[in-house]
Amino acid sequence: MTAVDERPAESAEIGKARRRKEDQRLITGRTKWTDNIVLPGMLHLAMVRSPFAHAKVTSIDTEAAKGATNVVAVYTAADFPDGMGACANAWPITPEQVTPDHLPMVTEHVACAGEIVAVVVARSAAAARDAAELVDVDYEELPAVLDAKEALKDEVLAHPDKGTNKSAFWRLDSAEAGTGGSVDEAIAKAREDGIVIEREYRQQRLVPAFMEPRSTVVDPTGEQVTMWTSTQVPHILRFLIAATTGMPESKIRVIAPDVGGGFGGKLQTTPEEFITLAVARKLGKPAKYTETRSESLLSAHHGRDQYQMLTLAATKDGTVTGLKVDLLANLGAYVAIVGGGVPVLGAWMFHAIYKFPAYQFNCQTVLTNTTWVDAYRGAGRPEATFAIERLMDELAAEVGVDPLEIREKNWIKHEEFPFVSVSGMTYDSGNYEAATARAKELFGYDELRAEQKQRRQSGDPVQLGIGVSTFTEMCGLAPSRVLGQLSYGAGGWESAAIRMLPTGKVEVITGTSPHGQGHETAWSQIVADRLGVPFDDVEVLHGDTAIAYKGLDTYGSRSLVVGGEAVVRAADKVIEKAKPFAAHLLEASVDDLEFKDGRYAVKGTDKGVGITEVALATFASHNYPDHLEPGIDADATYDPVDFSFPHGTHLCAMEVDTETGASTIRKYVCVDDIGQVINPLIVEGQVHGGLVQGIAQALWEEAVYDDNGTLVTGSFVDYTLPTTADTINFVTDNTTSLATTNTLGTKGVGEAGTIASTPAVVNAIVDAVRDRGIHDIQMPCTPARVWAALQSAGSAEVAQAQPHFHEEAANNADPGTTGEGSGS
Amino acid sequence: MTRITVTVDGAKYSDDVEPRTLLVHYLRETLGKVGTVVGCDTSNCGACTVHLDGRSVKSCNVLAVQVDGHEVTTIEGLATEAGLHPMQESFHEHHALQCGYCTPGMIMQAIDVLNTHPDPTEEQIRLGLEGNLCRCTGYHNIVKAVAAAAKAPGAAAVSSSKVGD
Amino acid sequence: MIPSSFEYVAPTSVEDALAALAEAGDEGKVLAGGQSLLPVLRMRLNAPEKVIDLGRVEGLRGIREDGDTIVIGAMTTHDEVANSELVKEHAALLAKATAEVADPQIRHRGTLGGAIVHADPAGDLGAPVLALDAEMVIAGPGGERTVAAKDFFTDLFETAVGDGELLTAIRIPKHTGWGAHYEKFVRVAHQWSIVGVAATVKADGGTISEAKIGLTNMGSTPLRAASVEAALAGKSASDVADACSSAADGTNPPSDLNGDADYRRHLATVLTSRAVAAAAAG
Repeated sequence: MTAVDERPAESAEIGKARRRKEDQRLITGRTKWTDNIVLPGMLHLAMVRSPFAHAKVTSIDTEAAKGATNVVAVYTAADFPDGMGACANAWPITPEQVTPDHLPMVTEHVACAGEIVAVVVARSAAAARDAAELVDVDYEELPAVLDAKEALKDEVLAHPDKGTNKSAFWRLDSAEAGTGGSVDEAIAKAREDGIVIEREYRQQRLVPAFMEPRSTVVDPTGEQVTMWTSTQVPHILRFLIAATTGMPESKIRVIAPDVGGGFGGKLQTTPEEFITLAVARKLGKPAKYTETRSESLLSAHHGRDQYQMLTLAATKDGTVTGLKVDLLANLGAYVAIVGGGVPVLGAWMFHAIYKFPAYQFNCQTVLTNTTWVDAYRGAGRPEATFAIERLMDELAAEVGVDPLEIREKNWIKHEEFPFVSVSGMTYDSGNYEAATARAKELFGYDELRAEQKQRRQSGDPVQLGIGVSTFTEMCGLAPSRVLGQLSYGAGGWESAAIRMLPTGKVEVITGTSPHGQGHETAWSQIVADRLGVPFDDVEVLHGDTAIAYKGLDTYGSRSLVVGGEAVVRAADKVIEKAKPFAAHLLEASVDDLEFKDGRYAVKGTDKGVGITEVALATFASHNYPDHLEPGIDADATYDPVDFSFPHGTHLCAMEVDTETGASTIRKYVCVDDIGQVINPLIVEGQVHGGLVQGIAQALWEEAVYDDNGTLVTGSFVDYTLPTTADTINFVTDNTTSLATTNTLGTKGVGEAGTIASTPAVVNAIVDAVRDRGIHDIQMPCTPARVWAALQSAGSAEVAQAQPHFHEEAANNADPGTTGEGSGS
Repeated sequence: MTRITVTVDGAKYSDDVEPRTLLVHYLRETLGKVGTVVGCDTSNCGACTVHLDGRSVKSCNVLAVQVDGHEVTTIEGLATEAGLHPMQESFHEHHALQCGYCTPGMIMQAIDVLNTHPDPTEEQIRLGLEGNLCRCTGYHNIVKAVAAAAKAPGAAAVSSSKVGD
Repeated sequence: MIPSSFEYVAPTSVEDALAALAEAGDEGKVLAGGQSLLPVLRMRLNAPEKVIDLGRVEGLRGIREDGDTIVIGAMTTHDEVANSELVKEHAALLAKATAEVADPQIRHRGTLGGAIVHADPAGDLGAPVLALDAEMVIAGPGGERTVAAKDFFTDLFETAVGDGELLTAIRIPKHTGWGAHYEKFVRVAHQWSIVGVAATVKADGGTISEAKIGLTNMGSTPLRAASVEAALAGKSASDVADACSSAADGTNPPSDLNGDADYRRHLATVLTSRAVAAAAAG
């Protein structure tokens, strides 16, 4: 494969594995986490939370708590007659969406366990916790609805006053949209003379589980109220505080100091933030709230939790002809900030890299008495990718060919880019052939297939399976006009500013809000190249609304492709702005100047002046053109023209111990095409971390409620994050097809690993045991589940386990029995 | 209140503490050693790992009163004026951290791994770090950093002052 | 989270510790290594009025030989047990199982006595101690008494250590030259055992002469797989699967997120077979 684009002209910094600027403070413990902040007279909060999933609060007695030593106040919602703001839903997916009010503190109706009914304010966190136990709350327990399918029946209501659990229904149909044919016709035709694959997959509920528990400190003293908070979204939070409390936006300063991971879990505006703000303002004293891990697992938002009903139509030879998706998404107790929108993001992704001529996506969202669900790394795209990549393996088994062969038959060829997908998205660039070829080579695909065959023949108790995931995703949220069409409550632009300091140093202000991604390093590399200044002379400022006054923060793999482009444009403006000053200093015409490597040179001469010298000269302002104001700083706001479409090929080999059901990762190779790489070290790190989160969904993690709505996996004892001892070294590489929608040719990488890896792992496990008649194992594929599947393999139960939405369907034969080509 | 005297990062401190005070809270709130952090309440995550008399412990799982008369080293006690500890250098060099929240505990435990296994296999590193959770890195680069640090002189020493120049 | 307030005493002798325990009565809680107790206190699942720390009691820590017996002080840490040459030579099963407990940090603090008295059925040390026919030395107001391991574990989190008593030492008959293996089954490394099998085997020239097997998390207490032990006697070390097929007989394992009771029963037979084979191999 030679069709991979060449990298752009050589540059000093872009593409270099710079060690991170952020590290020094993090490896020495000189970090500013929110919980490290201590202010004079600061009070500490403890929340009193409902143990019940669904209840009516009949009385709250705070007297004993109020009387406890070192307790300053105990508040309930009644103490804030004007309210304390609200947790907003920024993306109503339909005008009719049922959206229960989500107030920070319960007034009467508890809709999920962990909701806050009172807050204790004390001189120490320990005193606050002690007194919280003295708050006596009487509840009248109500029946709870927990599961999305149950909710759909509308028998038990999560919010009885709403009259239904159904929040919204959203459809994208290629025939209606004019982007493709009729999916029903495609399926009907396939039932006659083709292949129909019908499956139901479950996206279990997950917890983002960032390592730093959320923490908020509010200082109400002085003219402005300052909030330090462990958030991904300081700008959005500031806006929503103003919008829901009535405080003037100009009186609020939000600071995201060092933030210990987010993965979507910190893009919420939370009850805890609003309550800390309200308490601090009411008492006029600084206040801090830091959650425990148990509180975090229960009350920070959850992710995924969908049922996917899927119908894929194909011709006998495995050419795909249609895909119909019926999604049922559990939103939890409230429609979170983008909670309704996350499943809808899958609408443009289920067809993935394949040329489906007909497509339909239906999404029903429902409310339940569980923790609200919102973005978790990948948000909508991992679910879609899992479904389609699992289905393509099933199709391969049905046709009797290698899973890579069925993909190649159906994917977009590299010469077909730009390609308009069946959902109407324009994929700008890509080369699936190149990434796949490289991945196969690194993986030793043929050798592992041979080993698989050998183990199967010898009846080895440890079977080998190979899983494929040739993914793409859409990220770089997002073109504002598209968001407008989707009724999203904000734009998708990003902002940057560059200040040229007189000493030659450069300050870059970005509206993105990193929490582990290394923007300080990557943005420095971009600016160093652009302005021709040393990497070490660039300082990146972020995460403080008083400094980075404009921004839309960090999520959806947007920071580089949107925020980075804003930085590029701000730098280019600086260069243009400084040019007349340089011409003036050089006594030359602007037209005779060229800018290269940080210098304005007069063409054809050795005369020139450095951009940092221009910065000093404009600072002194002793000698500059009359018609200009003395300054070369610039800012830029960039609204992306389109989404970003990274892609890649992931190959996973799993060993399945058929005696115990235990699965272990033997080898994992991924080759991602993310366009231009700014810093390969950071990219590799993002991929590694993403992989393990995706693998963890496949193997280890699930948030489980008992029948009463109590979160059983309420601590790290039961919510089983993987460790060093559970994971392996990964083989990663890149191919490069430059993005055509931004200057540097970059694509997003933050979520790619998570999106791609989950189906690769499950495909591998299923592949290991497919010859025994197994074609699905529900995630997480625990040893107990794998063993249970092996026990029931071949029995009638297995055939029943596969859903058949239409009993008369032509392909009710067990697909597992027809997968002869799948390495057997 | 109980009077305790503790040596932390080479300095001797004496304080009255409530018996229920966890070592990590004593370090953070009384001594201002906020480099050591809390990540969970069940001793699973290891973010709070420090050395107690030279061996790694989870400081959320030790009472401050239990360390009366003992010696504690935290992440803040590793680097000296002469520079970073080799393990800190190696984490930086190999991009073994992203958000950095698990990093103090991870580095302290990594040093303990090298104390136990001066020339560790990958398996010994992976088992040695099994009590420290990281959500960002996928562990790949952490394991790499520890392996590389094992080749550096003085990586098992708890104080870089002991490192041969 | 922060524990509820409690009083703290750190006695320096067993006598003082017993006196403190007597004084505290029902409101007292003994702190050994604290690696299970402190999370319980932090989660406020228990709120004792008085915590009696054994960390400064003389003579409770250390490992020594006493004729045919290895004596391990109750406050000896897991790390010390796992790395003790005496234990490795004469009670290899305990050394191997102890090396599997939790993680290194916890092994640096946690103690054998603490773990045994905590008696979590998913804890890894009850099974090897039971398999090795250990004796527990218990000090009380009336002096010292010794309880066999088989009588020691009475129920979920319950042992023969009565109110006002302390476990001071664990006496293990030497099993010099016995092969040993602890097979621990978990989903992620830092988890409690889903099932664990502690096997120690005396083999001569490829034939098993005697086998002792303890099971972790197959009931409310650690259990011996007695029928397997009987079936293994005289068997070839290379063919143990049949003999191990009754490993789950008489067990009553829990059902939870990690698997139901049937799955655990199945695991017990597979893991016993593996543990015995590994033990016989060394």
